[in-house]
Amino acid sequence: MDNRYIISPSPHLNDTDSTPRIMYAVIGSLIPAGAGAVYFFGWQALWVMISAVTAAVMTELLCQKMMKRPVTIKDGSAILTGLLLSYNLPAEVPLWIAVIGSVVAITIGKQVFGGLGYNPMNPALIGRAFLTVSWPVYMTVFKSVPRNGTLSGIDIITGATPLSVLKSTREILLFSNSHPPEQVTEATQALFQLYSSHSQLFFGRIGGCLGETSAFLLLLGAVFLMYKRIIGWKIPFAYIGTVALLTWALGGTDGLFTGDPLFHILSGGLILGAFYMATDMVTTPVTYKGRLLFGIGCGIITVVIRLWGGYPEGVSFSILLMNLTTPLIDRYTRPQVFGGK
Amino acid sequence: MGQKHFHGGVHPPANKHWTESKQTEKAPLPEEVIIPLQQHIGAPAEPLVQKGDTVLTGQMIGKSAKYVSVPVHATVSGTIAAIENRPHPFGLDMLSVVIRSDGEDRWKKSPEKDPDFLKLSPDDIKTRIMQAGIAGMGGASFPTHVKLSPPATKVIDTIILNGAECEPYLTADHRLMLEKPKEIMHGLAVMMRILNVTNAFIGIEDNKPDAIRIFEKILRKNKKIKVVPLHVKYPQGGEKQLIKAVINRVVPAGGLPMDIGCIVHNVGTAFSVYEAVAFQKPLIERIVTVTGSAVREPKNLLVRIGTPFHHVIGFCGGLASERIKIIHGGPMMGISQTTDKVPVIKGTSGILALNGNHLSLKTESPCIGCARCVDICPMKLVPTQLGKLVKHNRIETLDKMGIMQCMECGCCGYICPAKIPLVQYIKLGKALWTERQRQQDIRA
Repeated sequence: MDNRYIISPSPHLNDTDSTPRIMYAVIGSLIPAGAGAVYFFGWQALWVMISAVTAAVMTELLCQKMMKRPVTIKDGSAILTGLLLSYNLPAEVPLWIAVIGSVVAITIGKQVFGGLGYNPMNPALIGRAFLTVSWPVYMTVFKSVPRNGTLSGIDIITGATPLSVLKSTREILLFSNSHPPEQVTEATQALFQLYSSHSQLFFGRIGGCLGETSAFLLLLGAVFLMYKRIIGWKIPFAYIGTVALLTWALGGTDGLFTGDPLFHILSGGLILGAFYMATDMVTTPVTYKGRLLFGIGCGIITVVIRLWGGYPEGVSFSILLMNLTTPLIDRYTRPQVFGGK
Repeated sequence: MGQKHFHGGVHPPANKHWTESKQTEKAPLPEEVIIPLQQHIGAPAEPLVQKGDTVLTGQMIGKSAKYVSVPVHATVSGTIAAIENRPHPFGLDMLSVVIRSDGEDRWKKSPEKDPDFLKLSPDDIKTRIMQAGIAGMGGASFPTHVKLSPPATKVIDTIILNGAECEPYLTADHRLMLEKPKEIMHGLAVMMRILNVTNAFIGIEDNKPDAIRIFEKILRKNKKIKVVPLHVKYPQGGEKQLIKAVINRVVPAGGLPMDIGCIVHNVGTAFSVYEAVAFQKPLIERIVTVTGSAVREPKNLLVRIGTPFHHVIGFCGGLASERIKIIHGGPMMGISQTTDKVPVIKGTSGILALNGNHLSLKTESPCIGCARCVDICPMKLVPTQLGKLVKHNRIETLDKMGIMQCMECGCCGYICPAKIPLVQYIKLGKALWTERQRQQDIRA
């Protein structure tokens, strides 16, 4: 009679959110951008996404079986990693690259550390970094011209994305003495056209990785996630705000405060990175101040790489580097206990 | 006045509609009552009776010589059947006086009102409160006469009555406020007299607009006492959160409300204080909300302390299914019970019986660092880090991280998407830390 009562610790009710719900909500919010990628770049984009996702899920299944751990592929985190990885790849990338990227992302980026919740760095970005360093040509030469658009958003120079155009024009304009005058004129015109291409950058008729091009579609998904309180506003806004401020102050070629912050916000992987990669909960701080610091740090490193570093795009590396500082940030930004001194 | 809310907190579904409009009924007397000798914080009472003695309702049957303690009384008339260890709602068996009722409910003292009760000296008032065995009825059960005797160095300027009742399902305080508002106010007046305070508030969450209206009407001409409607958020009824919302003062970490000139009492305690001082009636019964998906007829009942849970539930139509969780208290902080033979005690504000989807049985999965627990903790702790430290047996740093400030409200466990039993880890961590300190003190 007495043994039929169930015992469990308090609290005896819980909110409806769960880990799988969060993962699938993020996946769902990425669908508009994915559909946009197929529209702009054709069916090859879909094959890249499918390869990456399938490889990610199969890799996680195999890893967990080999390590004799419970299989958790249903929680959606592997699907999300694969999808995010594919958004970081050019549309024409060979499918085996996507597969290898996923395998590395899941094994080295996640399972080796113990699976979901234990990885120190963003798994999708680990995969992307591995691919960029191992096969730089496949990863940085973009050939797919988006439908109704251009590769770089401007007519003069073709065969490159806006950020790579920016890097080469900045190099010419900042060191104009060592370049022939026609080149400098060309570069000036190119820069002007880049800075006028905001609407193309916003809607996505620009070359780049699958998930990078359409800021509009990415923002749709991001607004949905923030409304549902699945991601917070602190990291994306701190990140983008810092990039805007620094590129405005330091990114121009005519002196201080002549940069174009809107161009920098809309180009490359910043929107994707700020709202979907830098908000990865496992690898980012849990405290209020910590999150602001994390966003600011990502912003600083991104701008440094974009303006003065070797790569045209700095988002992935900045997030990976800041991921490594997360435990330190968490330790030093603990909130003061209510009533504490 | 101050902000009407506090940092953090969650919004669980209230589920009060089952009982909030139900007038309190008197539960029938049981055949046997089990009176634990400890239903309060402090030293347990010691029995004053023996097996075989006859007792009357309201007769003192246990008392301690220590100051921080309250006596216990017989809640029915009858014979002492046993003085032995019996199951207690807090989990362990406890020494209890078992009384077999004679069914006649003969009282030791007839309930006559003392017309001069407000003219008694503070010390005499406190003696009556102590003799009546009154402990805080919001759940913590701290001896009331001790709370009303702060050291001379702590000057009290404000009393706050806690009518928030923020736990879901519970409506006992709500019904008391609707049915006995004047008595609650008399109790508050007694407390104000003891502490010589001219400034008092009664905080009520605004999901109880009828209670707010009643008190506003009674207190219309009263310059010293004000009703403060509060934003509905759990745990608004936590005293630190209540003080912050009502008078915008912050209790120092590790300190008490009296450190900032304030004392908080539950409305039920105020009511019992009135009965104790004006009628010299001991604390022998209280309102209990009996509700939950597995109770056939949810009710608010006036129950004699010591009544076994199964008797109370039986009067509410019994349980509707198998696989049930019985909870003493509310769903956020309540304790699930192994047996329905445990008695109603002084702090039992509710008996919940949950089944089906409401069982809320969760499987723990890894922490994903979403930080929802950090965002909602009313004490501004970092529950995810506390849980991880305890899990990996890293006890040394727990106190520095504020674990002893945790009030175990349950917000973190409620909100966690990975279903980690954070409160359980934290409770364990507190116990391990306390034990570690004790060991170090022994060695020193």
